[in-house]
Amino acid sequence: MDAVDISRFLTGMTLAVHIIFATIGVGMPLFFAIAEFLGIKKRKPQYIALAQRWSKGYTITVAVGVVTGTIIGLQLSLLWPTFMRIGGHVIALPLFMETFAFFFEAIFLSIYLYTWNRFKNQWIHFFLSIPVIIGGTFSAFFITSVNSFMNTPAGMTLKNGRMVNVDPVEAMFNASFFVRSFHVVATAIMTMAFILAGIAAFKLLKNKVQEDKRYHQSALKITMIAGLIFSLLSMLAGDLSAKFLHEHQPEKLAAYEWHFDTESHADLVLFGVLDESTQEVKGAIRVPGALSFLSDNRFSTEVKGLNEFPKEELPPLIVHYFFDLMVVFGIFCFIVSAIYVLTLIIKRFNSHHKWLLYMILLTGPAAMLAIEFGWFLTELGRQPWIVRGVLKIQEAATQASGLTFVTILFAILYFVLLVSATFVLVRMFKHKPAYEDIRNIESQRSEA
Amino acid sequence: MDYSLIGISVLWLFLFGYIIVASIDFGAGFFTLHASLTGEAHRVNGLIERYLNPVWEVTNVFFVFFFVGIVGFFPETAYYYGTIMLIPGSIALILLAARGAFYAFENYGQDRKLSWLIIYGLSGLLIPAALSTALTISEGGYIIENQNNSIDLNWEALLLSPFGWAVVFLAIVSVLYISSGFLTFYAHRAKDFEAYHLLRKWFLLWGAPMIIISLFVFLSLRIQNKAHFESAVFDYGWLFIISLIAFMIAGVLTFLKKAHGVAFIFVIIQMGTAFFGYGLSKLPYILYPYVKLNHAVTNDSMALFLVIAFVFGLILLLPSLYFLLRLFVLDKDYVRGRK
Repeated sequence: MDAVDISRFLTGMTLAVHIIFATIGVGMPLFFAIAEFLGIKKRKPQYIALAQRWSKGYTITVAVGVVTGTIIGLQLSLLWPTFMRIGGHVIALPLFMETFAFFFEAIFLSIYLYTWNRFKNQWIHFFLSIPVIIGGTFSAFFITSVNSFMNTPAGMTLKNGRMVNVDPVEAMFNASFFVRSFHVVATAIMTMAFILAGIAAFKLLKNKVQEDKRYHQSALKITMIAGLIFSLLSMLAGDLSAKFLHEHQPEKLAAYEWHFDTESHADLVLFGVLDESTQEVKGAIRVPGALSFLSDNRFSTEVKGLNEFPKEELPPLIVHYFFDLMVVFGIFCFIVSAIYVLTLIIKRFNSHHKWLLYMILLTGPAAMLAIEFGWFLTELGRQPWIVRGVLKIQEAATQASGLTFVTILFAILYFVLLVSATFVLVRMFKHKPAYEDIRNIESQRSEA
Repeated sequence: MDYSLIGISVLWLFLFGYIIVASIDFGAGFFTLHASLTGEAHRVNGLIERYLNPVWEVTNVFFVFFFVGIVGFFPETAYYYGTIMLIPGSIALILLAARGAFYAFENYGQDRKLSWLIIYGLSGLLIPAALSTALTISEGGYIIENQNNSIDLNWEALLLSPFGWAVVFLAIVSVLYISSGFLTFYAHRAKDFEAYHLLRKWFLLWGAPMIIISLFVFLSLRIQNKAHFESAVFDYGWLFIISLIAFMIAGVLTFLKKAHGVAFIFVIIQMGTAFFGYGLSKLPYILYPYVKLNHAVTNDSMALFLVIAFVFGLILLLPSLYFLLRLFVLDKDYVRGRK
């Protein structure tokens, strides 16, 4: 592997780890805020216990999220110094604002986590969660803005290898910013909902502590309803993204769908195997006209094919599988949450049927995998550019020696972090039944 | 107004903020480890945890703020420092990550292990050592230019440099000095006298070596970068004299067991004047002789927006930071462990 490949590999590895914790970081505060709100409003200690236990687990994931986020922040300059030298003139504003949002979130999160019993009025503590939610969401917005600039650069012109005539605001609110950040935030909350639902389903299936049954059932209810709402929003965001790509980055959409020849009534291709030399797709499920419809809501829409673009500017065609997997896993989560919500509405069905719980258990990992696939898809789909149409990755990678050495070190670090974070999280809750926490909260309340 | 000057002042101020809060954190890790190994864990750990739990994440943001800011205001530095710092920067990052994560695992996970404590305690001293190489390199003389116009770090020159090693030791000793200074004050406020006596002893112990190493850094700077040395002595010598006076006041107050809050403020003044004296005398170079302040700065429109973002950011941050301080440092009941 040459320096460019190693730099790509290391960046990919860092982001693949970071995105797990970043997704949790964006999604989680909303859930402990909802639980705390219900707990205060309905005067039910079990919801307070839910909020406390969720936020306690969050301390671990947030720690890993902070450190991996710090790593990627610096790695951008360490691995892609030329990119930052040129791009720094344009992306500095959203990066800077992201840091502010993160700062704001970090301060209030610390306060939230360590002041459970410090205010007489319970609502004050609840309100502390709002800046945490705002900070987390905005930092997702700003960082997505940087990424969307790399896909759809705007607000500058390139002259003699420098970005000049910079308009920071235009660059920040570039063409793909809105649709991307909507997609990022909606899927993050959706994923968090299904992870928490998966944990509740697991606890209900194992059912070791009978007293906790109602506690886990109410957790399931909150998270699955949120899961349904946000999977609907995610699908809407996905649809908007496809339409956006059709208009602004047709080569990316064509690569997702192995769409070679420009045509109307283009088929949507699901899975299959590609012979790149003959451009033949075998064993795929074809949905006639669906790609045209997805692009523009009309079957007659002409969709540009890969053959329209110069070969050396095409992304790797493996992205097709990531696209399929992301969509399938996302839809799976939607269907399961829809069934669950139906069982709530139609009382005849049992919402806690064993098979339904098994399905819910699977939604957590499915949603997280969909996030990973989605990011691999969009990042590989931008190749060979680091800033689309402006700077290629070969020109941006570092030339310093020692890349292999640091890559190995980082790989070890991530492995250790993932294993020990899992270990700590499991131990945190394994022998601590929720009913004990609920009783504690009740007794504190009667003392007060 | 000159944006490059605003930019560098803001960044230098945040770097200084990071040095103070991170030193407290890094030193606290080392003291925790030391106390555990010598069987004095019960004396200091509760105190250190009460302070660190709520603030360590905020400490980390100061660092992120600095490196995002420097790339934003001075994109040219990203190229030079990014390339040269690949190995030292990565090592610092790995240590920083391991340290932060294991700190959280240990404290929130209630899962005490000596091996985790060792990672946590030692990394706190190695991180400043790794990060301080950036300051060493900035003096010039550690960069190789290859034939194809690429640059790389001259490891041999770096590892054999007396100036480089002096900076490393100064970084480590300052960490222990600043940290024990703050924790002495915090322990006194907490009325935790066992911890207080231990930390006061540490503080008084680290003062002398710190001054000696500082002098050595000065002398070796004269060999490394004569112009910088002369500017520091002749143009900004008064700042270093104020620093020395503040050092003596802090030491005397602590020795007499008086006014620990004021003593720590003098520690900050001491560090601040030295740090800004160092920074000012270094100008106009950010990386000698490659990156000059005016050439490296970002375009005017971006600089204007960064300054605006910075002002609004501060309006949001300062009250929040004050709120945090009030809850966890200035609140007597919390500090004494009653909340």
